Order: sequence, then structure tokens, then C-alpha cells
Amino acid sequence: LAPWIPVVGLEIHAQISSNSKLFSGSQVQFAAPPNSLVSFFDASLPGTLPVLNRRCVEAAVMTGLALNCSINKKSLFDRKHYFYADLPAGYQITQQRVPIAVNGSLSYSLCIDNKMSQMVTKTVRIKQIQLEQDSGKSLHDDTRSQTLVDLNRAGVGLMEVVMEPDMCCGEEAAAAVRELQLILQTLGSSQAVMAEGQLRVDANVSVHHPGEPYGVRTEVKNINSIRFLAKAVDYEIQRQIEELENGGTILNETRAFDSKLGCTVPMRDKEGKQDYRFMPEPNLPPLILYDAKSLPANMNHQQVINIDWIHERLPDLPSVKREKLVEQYGILPEHSFTLLNEDGLAEFFESVVNQTQMKPKKVIGWILNDLLSYLKQHSLTVKESPVSSFLLADLLNLLEKKEISSTAAKRVLAELWKGEGKTPLEIVKEQKLELLQDQKELEQICQAVIDGQENEVIMMVPR
Amino acid sequence: QQVSVEVLDHLEHLALVDFRDSEGVERLQKAIQFADQLQEVNTDGVEPMDSVLEDRCLYLREDDVTEGNCTKELLENAREKVEEYFVAPPGNIPLPKLEERETFLQGS
Repeated sequence: LAPWIPVVGLEIHAQISSNSKLFSGSQVQFAAPPNSLVSFFDASLPGTLPVLNRRCVEAAVMTGLALNCSINKKSLFDRKHYFYADLPAGYQITQQRVPIAVNGSLSYSLCIDNKMSQMVTKTVRIKQIQLEQDSGKSLHDDTRSQTLVDLNRAGVGLMEVVMEPDMCCGEEAAAAVRELQLILQTLGSSQAVMAEGQLRVDANVSVHHPGEPYGVRTEVKNINSIRFLAKAVDYEIQRQIEELENGGTILNETRAFDSKLGCTVPMRDKEGKQDYRFMPEPNLPPLILYDAKSLPANMNHQQVINIDWIHERLPDLPSVKREKLVEQYGILPEHSFTLLNEDGLAEFFESVVNQTQMKPKKVIGWILNDLLSYLKQHSLTVKESPVSSFLLADLLNLLEKKEISSTAAKRVLAELWKGEGKTPLEIVKEQKLELLQDQKELEQICQAVIDGQENEVIMMVPR
Repeated sequence: QQVSVEVLDHLEHLALVDFRDSEGVERLQKAIQFADQLQEVNTDGVEPMDSVLEDRCLYLREDDVTEGNCTKELLENAREKVEEYFVAPPGNIPLPKLEERETFLQGS
């Protein structure tokens, strides 16, 4: 049987972290009474017009720069028409012709064969980033055969990040999205919490034989976590391969991921192929961005967005942070990945290092093997840790000064975990875990052991 | 040039317009003919203009919360509501297929 090459592309919608919406002044907030965060424009009442939110543009520029994109100094807004109850205007304002950023790239890392020790770096091309409106939310009430519509989310700013089909499996897709999530959170342009719908991913999947043209692709939606993304993509690849090997064909359709069953199912047929009748948004002139060279002299600076100014103020991206951690502390690259992967863990690590004489290379073991596994076992975040960096540093100092053994230190940590407010020293004293330092006392103990086991000792003495 | 029945049917589905009678279709065809005059102009090498506003400055608003909190007003116009939610049918109600519709296009 000829080998199959799976091809995976992603369309990611990230909700912009801003106070108000993309084109109106109503508030952006996750849980609020239905239809309380809705302006007349969001409800598409006649006579209302879109007014672009500066913060949303800055967020998109930051994200574009962080993803190595070319920022289009002139970008345009368009209307994408379709009917749905949670889209009151009957169209979405988006950037179809000329989006704000194009042609970027994202590097991410994978472990080969599940071994943390072998990491490989991959790159996925970013086709474009566009600004667009989010739609409202539909709650389906099947018992009463109706849909309840909440427009609180309608009009919230989104950045759609389109990743070219450079990925080949669920693991790659998941790793790419995870890295994007970390970048967005570092920039602050989106909080990117998938569980709250701030980051939504649609996967485009197809398979083909080497040397042959790309196969028909399906779009997979309704993926609610990074874990499910990997599962959904891998399932769909398998499904397509099996279908084709059994002589079937793949339909160019949209499928939904069913997390309970772990499979993809066709979505309700949406009235055939959609024709979105794209047209320029007549109420919005082109969006013009400037850089240091093209900065206009006499404009109100509140009306001017300077790409270079934003570039200069970008924070260290995750990849840079990891490099710095490796360089500064002599830890392994895979360690830096784990540190950045847990919210607050890198800060915790640095805090402990600053409070102890123990070398960072040794501290990292305690952070990743002991602290992190405790946190995972009890499903706690770093912030919720009953053991503070201060307490851990205190404990590691005792170990470093050879006042206790490392076995004893692990027992103390287990005790500290109970969060009863005792200090490491108090626990050591309570459980009599101090290392004996007195040479004479040690000799006496050893002699007593030897005396009590004469036969075994005679047998064991090597020649 | 006549607009085909397939295109008219497609338009009725997409835009939920009702051409109603041959006069409606005539009007559409005349509108297309009128717009087709644009093709007579040679626009080689000219950037398309899509708005007379294209040289205007796109105003940027500060990211402040200035609107919202008018649930009651918004729901006043709703024919049906459930606890401050708008009520809609369970899904889009698609226009029935041409054969099943009472449209004059049927006879064409």
C-alpha cells in the first residue's frame, strides 16, 4: 500500500483583549447578563455606523510583528454576507481583500518519540492575519424547537490567524497552536483561553500520495481544547485514509468533532456551498498605518498608529525567554519549555534560584520533578501552590548546607505540601531528619552495625 | 443578454429577494445593463476605487466602554423573548427549492 501524506492547515480565531468592541463602545466581558453588553450598532439597528477601536488595531499589529509578518500599511474592510440568527446585520465586517498582516511564520518545537530529551523545531507559514467581528451566541433549545440569541459577543474584535497547510499531524497542529497561545498571552493581544472561547481553532485536513496533487480537504470545527485538536486532526486523517483505501471518496464538507465519541461527524448541511457576496465595507475608509519614515507631521497622534513604535515595545517572546533561561541558568532547552508551559512556573523557578545558594541546574530538578508533579497530581496551578518559592528555597538551602539528605528533603517537601504553615527546619526537627555530622558518632553507628552482622561482613569483604 | 433562471433562483436564495414577476426581472436586467457600461472604460493599470471616502482619514476610537446596558430597549422590538434572550427558529429556514416554491420563475 502506497504511503499517505496528511496535510493540515489551521484557521485560528483569537478574541482581542480590549475593553470595548471592534466597532462600538460596548464592553467586552465573558459572563454577563444576556444582551446587556450590546449597543445599537451591535444589534444592527438602522442608522448606526462602525467606528474602529484603536486598541484592536494595535493588537493586530503586535501579533503580526511577533509572527514575522509584513504589516500592510493600507488594509481594507469588507462585508461577508450570510444569514444566521446571531449575526443581526446579515453580514460580518472582515478583511477579505487586503488584511492587516501577511506572510509570516511561527516556529514551534516537538518532542520526538515522546522523549523530552529530543526536541525538533518546525516552522509553519502564516498566510495572513485579519481583523473581523465576532458573532453573537446561539443557545439551541431543542425541546422547544427554538434558538435563544445573546448578542453580548456580537462585534467583539477577532484576529483571524491563517496557518498554511505545513503541518502533518495532530501533534504538530497542537504544538503550533500552543506556541501561538503563549505568544498571544505574552503580547497581551489576546488572553487566548480556549475554554472561554477566546481562542477557536478550525482544522483543514486532507491526505494524498507522494507526488500526487493534494486530496479533497474537509474542515473540522467545534474543537474545544488543544488536546482535542490533536485528537480531531488525527482521527480525521485516519478516517480519510480508511475511506480512500476502501475505494470511497472524500467530500469537501464541514465536520464537527465529537469529543465524547472521539470522532468527527458531518455537520448539518448548510444549504449547499455558501456564496458570501463579498463587497467593500462602504462605511469605512482604508486603514492606514505609519512607520517612523512615513509619520505625518501634522496629525493628531491619537489618530496615528506607528508600526515601528509598536515594534520597539514588543516584550520578549516565548522563544527568546527560553533562550535567556537556558543561557542564564544553564538548564536544558527542554526544561525551558516546561517552565514556560506552566503559567507562573518560570517566575517561581527564578524566585527560588534567587533565594538559595543551590545551583540552578540542581534547583530545576526540584521544580520540574517534585513541585510540578505535586501540582499536576492535585490539579493546582503554580499560583495555588501550598509551597511558596520562599519555603522551597529554605528547604533547598538545608539540603545544600548538607544539614539533611535529599531523601529527607523529599519527606520534608511532602510535609510542606500539607500547607500547615510549618517551616522546613521545624519539620526536620519534628521528624528528626537532621544529618549526623559528627564523625565519631557516625563511626560508632557503623561499628555497631558491623558488629551485629559479623557473618555477612566476613562474606562481603572483597579481596 | 438574459439573466438565467438558475442565477435568479440563486439570487432569491442568497438575498431572500422575490423577483415577483417579469417586471422585476426586467428591472434587474436593465440595472445590469446600466452597470455594464462601466466595462467600456479602459481601466488598465488603474487601482480600483471602491469608495469616494478612500482619501478620508479612518477615525480611530479610544478603547473606552461608552455604550451598552440597554437590554430593555433592545428587547422592546422583539416579537418573542425568553428571559432577555432573543428568540429565533431552531435554524435557518431555507427558501424551498424552485420546484416547491410559488414563484413566477417556475414557469420560465
